[in-house]
Amino acid sequence: MARLIRAVVLLALLWPALAQAAIEVRDFEDPVMRERFASLTATLRCPKCQNQAIGDSDSPIAGDMRKRVYAQLQAGRSDKEIVDFMVRRFGDYVLYNPRLEGRTLLLWGLPVALVLGGGLLVAWLVRTRRRASSRRLNDEERARLDALLAREDDR
Amino acid sequence: MRRRLLLLLPLVCFVLLGGFLYQGLSIDPAERESALMERPFPAFRLATLSDPERILDESLLEGEVTLVNVWGEWCPTCKQEMPQLLELAERGVRLVGIDYKDSREKGREFLQGFGNPFEVNLFDPEGDLGFDLGVYGAPESFLVDADGVIRYHHTGYISPQDVERVILPEVAKWRD
Repeated sequence: MARLIRAVVLLALLWPALAQAAIEVRDFEDPVMRERFASLTATLRCPKCQNQAIGDSDSPIAGDMRKRVYAQLQAGRSDKEIVDFMVRRFGDYVLYNPRLEGRTLLLWGLPVALVLGGGLLVAWLVRTRRRASSRRLNDEERARLDALLAREDDR
Repeated sequence: MRRRLLLLLPLVCFVLLGGFLYQGLSIDPAERESALMERPFPAFRLATLSDPERILDESLLEGEVTLVNVWGEWCPTCKQEMPQLLELAERGVRLVGIDYKDSREKGREFLQGFGNPFEVNLFDPEGDLGFDLGVYGAPESFLVDADGVIRYHHTGYISPQDVERVILPEVAKWRD
């Protein structure tokens, strides 16, 4: 029994290493290149999987895409060129960071518009409340207030 | 009265948001238009499946409307799709196959077992042409017009109904 538990624990500990084995390890001489590879494979989305970056996926197409990212980095292409290369083939779907353009204006603009709109709404509410509380009393209200205050004094 | 109506605002927002999210439930995320629509078929230089010495390029697709089908022996849906492709070939549609990430032996076996509706099959063992086509699974089909421009893209299985309802009308549309 103890042996079985030990085996299970060992397997559980090794599991992450086994799971990682599906994604190949690449050598980089230049640490900047390694960073760029990591960031590109983390921001490009695997077209086969519904929601996984190509750096996290062991699907064959994600492997092919990593291979191309690596080869193009080695060939001296810029990040933008590599991303464009992928978008030309797989569409905007592969971008985890959608571009700012006419079609995506609503996507990027809506949060900004909502924050601005909310701010304006709060400013308007504060102003109307303040005006309402500092408004002068008319004669009738004044008389009622005086009566109430007088009643307080009588006690 | 106006203030009362203002109280309904959150409900209105909720209903709008709910409606928006509800229609999202019925969208199939795997169904996306190809990024290559209305663009020329990507350049390639590949040997044919039957003859490693015969190298073809994209000029293969010029002159006639062609249905390019990406298949592989490893792909079970491709086997189910074969009867429909054979029917399309019989009804006069020009078909070109891409044997995607396969070995020559397996590819030839597949054609012997399930029939060969293709005028020619390009052999793409590394999936390079598939990659340039934005293919991430098989089967996938591209309808290319006589000028070599991609006009229609079919993700996945072509069902018997698709033959009548989608593929043949699209072929007829681009033949004119």
